[in-house]
Amino acid sequence: MRTIFYIIQKEFRQIRHNRVMLPIIVLMPFIQLLILVHAATYEMKHIRLYVSDADKSSISRQITGKFSGSPFYDIVNIQSHSRDNMEQLLENKADIVIDIPYGFEKKLRTEGSARVQLLINGINAPAAALIFAYSSSIVAGYNRELITIWIDQPLAGMVIPSINITYSYWFNPELNYKNFMVPGILVLLVTMIGAFMAGINIVREKEIGTIDQLNVSPVKKYQFITGKLVPYWIIAMSELAFGLLIGKLLFGTPVIGSIFLLFAYAAIYLTAILGMGLLISTVNNTMQQSMFITWFFMVVFILMSGLFTPVESMPVWAQRIDIINPVADFIAVIRMILLKGSGFSDVKTHFLYITVYAVIIMMLAVSRYRKVS
Amino acid sequence: MKFTGFIRKEFYHIFRDYRSLVILIGMPVIQILLFGYAITTDIKDARIAILDNSKDIVSMKITDKLLSSGYFKLNENLSNLKDVEKSFRKGKVKEVIIFESNFTEKLNKTGKAGIQIIADATDPNTANLLVSYTNAIITNYQSEQAKDVKIPYRIEQDVRMMFNPEMKSVYMFIPGTMVIILMLVCAMMTSISITREKETGTMEVLLVSPLKPFHIIAGKVIPYIVLSFIDALVILSMGHFVFGLIIHGSLVLLLAESILFVIMALSMGIMISTVAPSQQVAMLLSLAGLMLPSILLSGFIFPIENMPLVLQWFCNIIPAKWFIIIIRSIILKGVGLKILWKETLILVLLTVFFVAVSIKRFKIRLE
Repeated sequence: MRTIFYIIQKEFRQIRHNRVMLPIIVLMPFIQLLILVHAATYEMKHIRLYVSDADKSSISRQITGKFSGSPFYDIVNIQSHSRDNMEQLLENKADIVIDIPYGFEKKLRTEGSARVQLLINGINAPAAALIFAYSSSIVAGYNRELITIWIDQPLAGMVIPSINITYSYWFNPELNYKNFMVPGILVLLVTMIGAFMAGINIVREKEIGTIDQLNVSPVKKYQFITGKLVPYWIIAMSELAFGLLIGKLLFGTPVIGSIFLLFAYAAIYLTAILGMGLLISTVNNTMQQSMFITWFFMVVFILMSGLFTPVESMPVWAQRIDIINPVADFIAVIRMILLKGSGFSDVKTHFLYITVYAVIIMMLAVSRYRKVS
Repeated sequence: MKFTGFIRKEFYHIFRDYRSLVILIGMPVIQILLFGYAITTDIKDARIAILDNSKDIVSMKITDKLLSSGYFKLNENLSNLKDVEKSFRKGKVKEVIIFESNFTEKLNKTGKAGIQIIADATDPNTANLLVSYTNAIITNYQSEQAKDVKIPYRIEQDVRMMFNPEMKSVYMFIPGTMVIILMLVCAMMTSISITREKETGTMEVLLVSPLKPFHIIAGKVIPYIVLSFIDALVILSMGHFVFGLIIHGSLVLLLAESILFVIMALSMGIMISTVAPSQQVAMLLSLAGLMLPSILLSGFIFPIENMPLVLQWFCNIIPAKWFIIIIRSIILKGVGLKILWKETLILVLLTVFFVAVSIKRFKIRLE
């Protein structure tokens, strides 16, 4: 026990004495949260809209009004001709162009239907899909209003059956995107620290040769590994606590479920991640290699984690592969606990999964670690 | 002659580490496959639960419509309003659809019947899309039923997705992957490989050798230029042959701009190596200072216009932003240097700046 304690003490001293590492470790959660939460957003607050209104009728003005009244749109310009439509998109001055042709209202009144054109910049496909969903529901909503105003009484003798659809958004009624992102970013944060720092730290001893001194010392294998991993486990756990506090204070992230449950899960999760770092460090000899492989897995894990895009949207084969991705599991769990208040009975399968995962990875890593160079 | 020997040494370093080499070439391939096939925000097979209080003709028909649309997949049938929250807590469903009791009867007699949609808005965008899809399907069912009743004053929408009519995300991720890989290979790898010489003490050997500092740097950098150029070609040809990406603009210009970006990234890598005392620090600096901003603040995944103004200003000094604008414009819009001179000039200036700083900071003496 004393030996482990001394190794841990040595690690903490090394971290503390490193002038560059310490600020990075302390500042990273702040900066990551502040920048990521604001940058990584599909929250459409400022969709740039260009209107070409050749009709200039009361209806076309009302449609424009619906958009300018919506908090999602910034109207960049309203013109009475459609000559510049393409240019606006080509030069990236607008995200969407609404073209209301000449004679729109007249056609609507006489023929019963008329057409508006929505030109959307489709290069960023997910963003374009959202712009489309917002815009077309605004037009459709206005259309419904229009119909009820014009037909203020049902056509004689005819009952038009109508299904009344109401909807509500649970757990996040204001559709606040930050509530969605903050928990995920916290996972990203602790994962990066766990996976990169610990593994690379061991390879470093290999590369600069100090591992030999440890190998010939009476320090046992398990003592060495525990001593190496525990400091980073502590750092990552405190970063999680710290990050959660920042999220709560700065962004008002809801904490509905039990914090204790969350940290219990995180404790096991970090063991798995640290084990992964250890495993990578046992198969590599240089930091460059080690970092490279870690980076490779991290990119794949993060992309498939559901942090930015829903896991359910992936094809079935990808979802199957995702079973080996602990990041996806933690992101699901942290969102469930923080945002929905899920209890232990709701997340018990996740607990089982991550425990099995941690045990397997640790066993693999420890068995592969050799006290010889 | 001395110089070529040095370059050969660097190539040996890279080639003998076959594992990294495999990843270096394999990474762009896997990333592109992932982006192309797996990463999508499209709604497909979203799991829903249905609470049908009436279980009659119309409610069944609507359920059928919803489930056959391909957007939704039935996870469970609920029987009680209390189960709704439980179901959400377990995280099994994203949306619950509730039909009121005696649905068909009410609809036929009074002309009105209610459906309630409850979405799990922990993921706001998915919730939004789910609700609007459900809404559209139900409305669609209704207008099919009321075919003979002509609804007047219908505003039709003609929606066109410009530059990307099929909504393929390939146009988004090809430029983005290029940026990530080039940054990784050029900036991160170079900075680490130079700091390694410092940390293991071999830099001393190089500095006392007849090689000039310029040659040391150039020798370090050239193998990575070659590698990253191969990666760029792999990415572009995969985009073309696997995902049918068509390059509308000039290929020569595209490659020339890529080389410019490579040089810029390399000079950033060198600059980091002059600041960082150890590999660990170099790695963290390039990770936090180069990779994350290049992915997140470049407009690659998240549109810059959505960000707060301060961040938008900050984005302007991220070289990846300009490079992504350039590649997208060349590939998708087919424009040339006539329109892109401004972005290119910014890249050139940034490169000059980084090169100047690194030359100034590169020390030939050990501390």
